[in-house]
Amino acid sequence: MKRCLPASGAAMGILTAFSLLTGCGNHNMSALDPQGPVGKSELNLIYLSTGIMTFVVVVVTVIYIYVVWRYRERPGDEEKGIPEQVAGSKKLEVLWTVIPIMLLIVLAVPTIATTFSLKEKPDPADSLRINVTGYQYWWGFEYPEQKVTTANEVHIPTGKKVDLIMTAHDVIHAFWVPSLGGKQDLSPGKTDRLVLQADKPGIYEGKCAELCGASHSLMNFRVIAHEPKDFDQWISSQQNPKSRPTVGRAEEGRRWVEQNCIGCHAVRGAGYRVLGRTGPELTAFGERTRIAGVLDNNRDNLKAWLKNPQDIKPGNRMPAFDHLSEKDLDAIVNYLQELK
Amino acid sequence: MATLVVLIVFILFLAAILTGGYNRRYLDLLQENWLWNWITTVDHKRIGILYLIAGGFFFLMGGLEALLIRIQLMFPNSKFIVGDVYNQLMTMHGTTMIFLVALPLLFGLMNFIVPLQIGARDVAFPFLNSLGFWLYFSGGLLLNLSWLFGGAPDSGWFNYPTLALNDFSPGPGVNYYVLGLQIAGIGTLISGINFLVTIINMRAPGMTYLRMPLFTWTTFVTSALILFAFPPLTAGLFMMMFDRLFETSFFVTAGGGNVVVWQHIFWIFGHPEVYILVLPAFGVFSDVISTFSRKRLFGYNSMVFAVVLIGFLGFMVWVHHMFTVGLGPIANSIFAVSTMAIAVPTGIKVFNWLFTMWGGRIRFTTAMLYAAGFIVNFVMGGVTGVMLAVVPADHQFHDTYFVVAHFHYVIIGGTIMGILAGVYYWWPKMFGIKLDERWGRWNFWLFYFGFHLTFFPQHFLGLWGMPRRVFTYEAGYNLELGNLLSSLGAILMTAGLLFLLYNVVQTFRHGEAAGPDPWDGRTLEWAISSPPPAYNFAQTPRVRGLDPWWLEKHEGDGKLKPAEPLGPIHMPSPSHLPFVMSLGFFISGFGFVFHSWQVGVLGLIVVVVTMYVRSFQEDPGYHIQPDELKGVEH
Ligand code: HEC
Ligand SMILES: [Cu+2]
Ligand SMILES: [Cu+2]
Repeated sequence: MKRCLPASGAAMGILTAFSLLTGCGNHNMSALDPQGPVGKSELNLIYLSTGIMTFVVVVVTVIYIYVVWRYRERPGDEEKGIPEQVAGSKKLEVLWTVIPIMLLIVLAVPTIATTFSLKEKPDPADSLRINVTGYQYWWGFEYPEQKVTTANEVHIPTGKKVDLIMTAHDVIHAFWVPSLGGKQDLSPGKTDRLVLQADKPGIYEGKCAELCGASHSLMNFRVIAHEPKDFDQWISSQQNPKSRPTVGRAEEGRRWVEQNCIGCHAVRGAGYRVLGRTGPELTAFGERTRIAGVLDNNRDNLKAWLKNPQDIKPGNRMPAFDHLSEKDLDAIVNYLQELK
Repeated sequence: MATLVVLIVFILFLAAILTGGYNRRYLDLLQENWLWNWITTVDHKRIGILYLIAGGFFFLMGGLEALLIRIQLMFPNSKFIVGDVYNQLMTMHGTTMIFLVALPLLFGLMNFIVPLQIGARDVAFPFLNSLGFWLYFSGGLLLNLSWLFGGAPDSGWFNYPTLALNDFSPGPGVNYYVLGLQIAGIGTLISGINFLVTIINMRAPGMTYLRMPLFTWTTFVTSALILFAFPPLTAGLFMMMFDRLFETSFFVTAGGGNVVVWQHIFWIFGHPEVYILVLPAFGVFSDVISTFSRKRLFGYNSMVFAVVLIGFLGFMVWVHHMFTVGLGPIANSIFAVSTMAIAVPTGIKVFNWLFTMWGGRIRFTTAMLYAAGFIVNFVMGGVTGVMLAVVPADHQFHDTYFVVAHFHYVIIGGTIMGILAGVYYWWPKMFGIKLDERWGRWNFWLFYFGFHLTFFPQHFLGLWGMPRRVFTYEAGYNLELGNLLSSLGAILMTAGLLFLLYNVVQTFRHGEAAGPDPWDGRTLEWAISSPPPAYNFAQTPRVRGLDPWWLEKHEGDGKLKPAEPLGPIHMPSPSHLPFVMSLGFFISGFGFVFHSWQVGVLGLIVVVVTMYVRSFQEDPGYHIQPDELKGVEH
């Protein structure tokens, strides 16, 4: 896998590039290794267009190399006089107008067909609807029929169309999961639809693709695809979250969170008076693989995040809690890690 | 208030000196100064050189920004420049390169060369020409001063709301963007109109439209594009300015505004802008390729037709920058097809260039190396352009490094290399000395290799999941190697450009005289001395066909035929008003950036006063008498 770049970098031809297209990149994050039908149909068009374009490039390259080599000035050429001043050739010019037009028609037809088919509204009966909202710099996910909300990690069943309805809370973001399919902008004051589907269980990396501020680069999320029955299990665990800790220390953390965090964060089932909505949902946070999309979810990282979130994600809207004592922070960390 | 008083005193002081009301002695001293001569010049050749100097200066700024970006991205998770500062860098890099480098450098070449190519003595409006330059320069300066006072704009070069509005970009940064570009934009619009009128009205007798060199043709079409593309930008910038300074809600969703409207306005300007940038480069390459192949341009008529068609279609494709906005499959399909259609005339040009070389005798000077290298780049940038038009594929490409690779292939591989080719090609005409060819080859090969090394891997980075405008990427996703190569390439490109700088310095110190026609040229500019005299042509030439100078050399007696008897030549007089007026705009812009209405209005008053003075000024110009003309047989 590592081999593909230097070789093509040196060869510098689309041709080599094309032959190396497959099998490069990380398979959880590469548009060249799609894991669902949408990504596959997009990749097919990438291949088709690359193929047609490679043909063009080859033709041009052959003529180019021939011309540059054959007609370069050599010593002694001076005596031969000046080259013939050719004005043009109708035949040739018609030829290289008509052939490209035909090639482009070959490309345009499937382009238009796929453009329309990808935008088809899925049947609500066999699709899963999820509302996506972009915030600086995190993602809110809501399953309206299941009455579940979560953040930064969206779980989906395999083999089923997922109907993502999107909008943005503040600035424009773009939802992109390279290995499942192309992106959709999330614009404030506007709702849009993106339909994706995963064929195999797995974790697919997602990114924000539209510049949205200082931490745009760190606005990651994950799509976690399960077999349908595992997905149903996940949904029901979300509907009945374990938000009441069993361990003593964690109970203390529950109270600290109540005092400091619930204005912005929601933990369903913990008995809090409010469910904050200006920060990511923390219900079942202990199950998450990552913190804020950038750190692995473990105790040390969580504590580092609480102490100084700005250092990890510059410009984000979570305040630092460095004024809390180590003991209190530990209690919070305990509690959050207990949330299942 | 104190600043206001100081400013008023300062301006009155300047006004006193400039009008000679205070003491004529200072005025005289000033007028003999070389700097003053450059500031007040209305000679198209000097203004061309001013554009090259200013554009070169901003090129250094933008290049440095690019280098810092590539250093940050060289390794994963690096912490050298992150967050908002990175966003400022990448915004300023883009804005500077597009608005302050690429187009102005082209303007430099156009200003110097186009009047010569059509056998004119100057542009149609020399005063406006100077005004256009100084407006551009003051706008560019204003934009770059943001680094020192208050922070640079950070919302990307296309400055999308709502990110660019006060709520999310509270500092003065975006104000600098809005006002700096507005001022520079007025300058560009003025220059565009000036070129249009010049080419329509000032052609020498016999220089019909279909005998104009391709560089003149592309300048013509580009100017027309400027005329139609810049007003939408002006309108958009005004709306953005009102949203930021006067609390209107054009783009504020809470106030009923719409963020997509800005995107339309911006790209209705923005797509033609890329053709504004690349068409003149096509012109340079057409001239260079035919000169150094020693052949006339293959399919001249279809080349001209292709340029006009590209210019026309360029206005019908802007939505390809917005395929992921969610405008619906009908809109997306229409714009996909129109975008693909543009590839046809572009392809015509490529084949015509190839067949111009076919059967010729190609001299690989540095200028020709750039032209030959360009063909490869442009084919690659062109085919990725067609790929981007394929809507579903674009959903993967959009806003990733694939796009970054694509547009650098066309903007560096096309525009910047066109400028470099033009600089090597016309340098002897501009300064009477040739740039050194040996250093030129170093310059070319390093730059060229570095260019591919930088941008070729980026196609893959994009497909492998790297969005554009990110300040870092994680290790372990196969993005490391591509980024490392890309950064190394950027260093090579820098080294290549240092050779150019070195070459320029060395040439000025001991370059050999070039003579009027060092390349065995074909067009009118090569018929007169290098550098040309202020009046260009002692007698306006009569043009007898395409490639008139070549024609006279091979089918005539090697001399241009005059179209008029020798007589006194009318010249426009120099003027300091363009500079003062631009200064007024600059002061005003600075004031508005900081919400200081007094300073803002004060600057505008300076503008209005200079306009008034100009309107009632009698400017008879002066005459050069026949016996003052150098090197002319009487
Ligand atoms: C002012 C509102 C606010 C308060 C108060 C607040 N947070 Fe946050 N928090 C946020 C925001 C906004 C984010 C999202 C940051 C980002 O990724 O850009 C966040 C993110 C997080 C995350 C990462 C979530 C994820 O999905 O990975 C955790 C964990 C977290 N906060 C814990 C806490 C805890 C514990 C407290 C109380 C001690 C707290 N927060 C208080 C606003 C707040
Ligand atoms: Cu975002
Ligand atoms: Cu475009």
